[in-house]
Amino acid sequence: MSADRGDVFLAGVGGQGALLASEVLGEAFLLSGHDVKKSEVHGMAQRGGAVTTHLRFGPKVYSPLIEPGKADLLIAFEKIEGLRFAHYLRPGGVLLVNAQEILPPSVATGGERYPEDATERLAAVTGRFYLVDALAAALAMREVRAVNMVMVGAASRFLPLPESVYGKALDRCLPERLVAVNLRAFRAGRALIPPDAGAAAR
Amino acid sequence: MSVPAKKEEIRLLSGNEAIARGAFEAGVKVASAYPGTPSTEILENLIRYEGLYAEWAPNEKVAVEVALGASMGGVRALAAMKHVGVNVAADPIFTASYTGVRGGLVIVTADDPELHSSQNEQDNRHYAVAAKIPMLEPSDSFEAKAFTHLAFELSERFDTPVFLRTTTRISHAKGVVPLAEPAAPPFRPGFSRDPAKWVMLPANARRRHVLVEERTRALAEFAETFDGNRIEWGDRSLGIVTAGVSYQYVREAFPEASVLKLGLVHPLPSKLFREFAAGVARVVVVEELDPCIETHVKALGIPAQGKEILPIVGEFDPRIVRLGIAGEATPVRIPETVPQRPPNLCPGCPHRGLFFALRKLKVAVTGDIGCYTLAALPPLGAMDSCVCMGASIGNAHGMEKALGPEGAGKVVAVIGDSTFLHSGITGLLNIVYNRGCSTVILLDNRTTAMTGAQENPATGKTLRGDPTRRLDLAALCRALGVEHVYTVNPHDTEGTESVLRREIGRPEPSVIITEAPCALLSEHRKAKRPVYEAIPDLCAGCKACGRLGCPAIEWVSFAPGEAAARGKKATQKGMARINPLLCDGCDQCPPLCKWKAIRERKE
Repeated sequence: MSADRGDVFLAGVGGQGALLASEVLGEAFLLSGHDVKKSEVHGMAQRGGAVTTHLRFGPKVYSPLIEPGKADLLIAFEKIEGLRFAHYLRPGGVLLVNAQEILPPSVATGGERYPEDATERLAAVTGRFYLVDALAAALAMREVRAVNMVMVGAASRFLPLPESVYGKALDRCLPERLVAVNLRAFRAGRALIPPDAGAAAR
Repeated sequence: MSVPAKKEEIRLLSGNEAIARGAFEAGVKVASAYPGTPSTEILENLIRYEGLYAEWAPNEKVAVEVALGASMGGVRALAAMKHVGVNVAADPIFTASYTGVRGGLVIVTADDPELHSSQNEQDNRHYAVAAKIPMLEPSDSFEAKAFTHLAFELSERFDTPVFLRTTTRISHAKGVVPLAEPAAPPFRPGFSRDPAKWVMLPANARRRHVLVEERTRALAEFAETFDGNRIEWGDRSLGIVTAGVSYQYVREAFPEASVLKLGLVHPLPSKLFREFAAGVARVVVVEELDPCIETHVKALGIPAQGKEILPIVGEFDPRIVRLGIAGEATPVRIPETVPQRPPNLCPGCPHRGLFFALRKLKVAVTGDIGCYTLAALPPLGAMDSCVCMGASIGNAHGMEKALGPEGAGKVVAVIGDSTFLHSGITGLLNIVYNRGCSTVILLDNRTTAMTGAQENPATGKTLRGDPTRRLDLAALCRALGVEHVYTVNPHDTEGTESVLRREIGRPEPSVIITEAPCALLSEHRKAKRPVYEAIPDLCAGCKACGRLGCPAIEWVSFAPGEAAARGKKATQKGMARINPLLCDGCDQCPPLCKWKAIRERKE
């Protein structure tokens, strides 16, 4: 990712709020003067299935979809989903993963096991792998639904935007009464990643 | 959020939001739609604007008839639907092509290449050709708004309905859109009698058909000079003809190439094609799904490539376009092998209880379109067909007639409340009329759930959320002539099962209404509900609860020796755990546990 263009791929499980997270990031890019495109799928996929968003910014963005192998930052809200879409990440890209495990139906019913080596396999995808416990951070705030904004906060370390723009983006995406709690979650998430991590990623 | 805006304001809007904004700015006065992915958000956004009327119709045919009536009444009108909705609405659409319009009439068809949330992948550009109606196809949100304006103008200028076609990557992709103030409507509402135009008796329709053909010729001339059909000259060794979202993939994959970008995909500009082809060494047509543009280009005698090198199924991306045209693309890492995560019924979904009961009865279940179609997946695996809106009831009746006496008590139809009102009522009428004895199960979860909880005639609320007369489903079924209509609580799987057994065996038509709200409705979410847990000391690892397929019920495998350490039988392989973050407190699982291990959790 450079300062003026980049591709961010978000992967999560329906119900985790990944779409709202991408909404906030999209507004943040727009507010910073970038051209933005963002693509996602609604409907049936949202019922507990894998949910993805393609988010692109730059001086002029054409395709609403990121090509496999071209994403600068992959934000995975769940470990299996990080692995499922790892091939979207470019070589040397940043892989940011929530340590939360949400069991797919085949695992929940005992037909398959949750991949025990998921973290090792994620670490093998790129040298720039960051695992954060967004669920723990959200639970510490007694707000389980804030997992998505914790992830946005963590991701913000890798994005070429000033911190102040995210608050404005939250204002535009959320009803007023929810802004404060989400801003707290954002800050909690941002604190999970060292300040210099993003600079090294570019 | 889409609200009236100050001048010069720019917003990040989805294609659907942009269409709603465009319709508002164009002064649309009446809009009607039936929800369907990926079109649903058009009306959901439109209703937020002042000064217009918008509604959910029971189905797309009604929506188009309402919009056409509004056009007759002299206002700009819009109907929106997903691609298969146009099949339902085709009857009025084909004749609206003959009548033409008074106020501009725009019909949005939202196609779904890749079948993200659909039962087929049909290409609705064929409808433009078949119904002889012009079709605009935007390539991003910016054009979605601009083309919505334009569609109303063309509709009035050429006296025709206009199709606005999107695909999922237009409808649900966001892009930057500048907002404008709404324009004053072009003329006042009012109906003036004009039977030769509006009364499609054969004598009138014959004359209108001549006008339709003249109109198509005029539109084809318009297409030659329309600035939405444009040539972007670049490197002359490669010339790409494209439209819609494919244009974006082409620009991404071949930034240097010459491109003929079409905004109007019917009728097509023959002279422009010839001019473009004469200026480039190689012509490739890049379009998702069917070779509509390609066939036209080739019919002109232009040597072009299209479906020989690009897929006819699924959606594109820049990589697919590059691979097809250049024959190569940068290699990417092999996707990891991980457990699949298919969509599933939500925790607390009332449908789960019904299908759990139904599965035990070993009957053929003809299914329909809705969240409940997910019950076809394991572990419930309790649905045997899914074709189109309303098909379950006709399918059950046909199968029963085919099987004869052998089939009695072996077939049931399952259909949701909104789907039943969309196009199931006539099927039920047919069963009564033709002395069928199928059992029809109406899943009344008080919303149109799959598309994100829209109101319908059985919810008692309008699109705007205003209260309205609520349809009594049981009374409707009785009025159709069904004598045996029963209501059950699907969360009570035992009670449901006993009613199912009784009614499926009955040699007469019967309807069972399962009544419980969708677990995603806010009324339900706000209600205080218990959370259950599986007591480890009591769980015998029999997996009886797991057969529900509830996302909240997880299986925990024992490590070697763990069973003994926990004082369990050595053969026990693991135990159930209920995820407190997911449990909805629906009470379906506790009765399944003969060890009484599932109990309400005490904080």
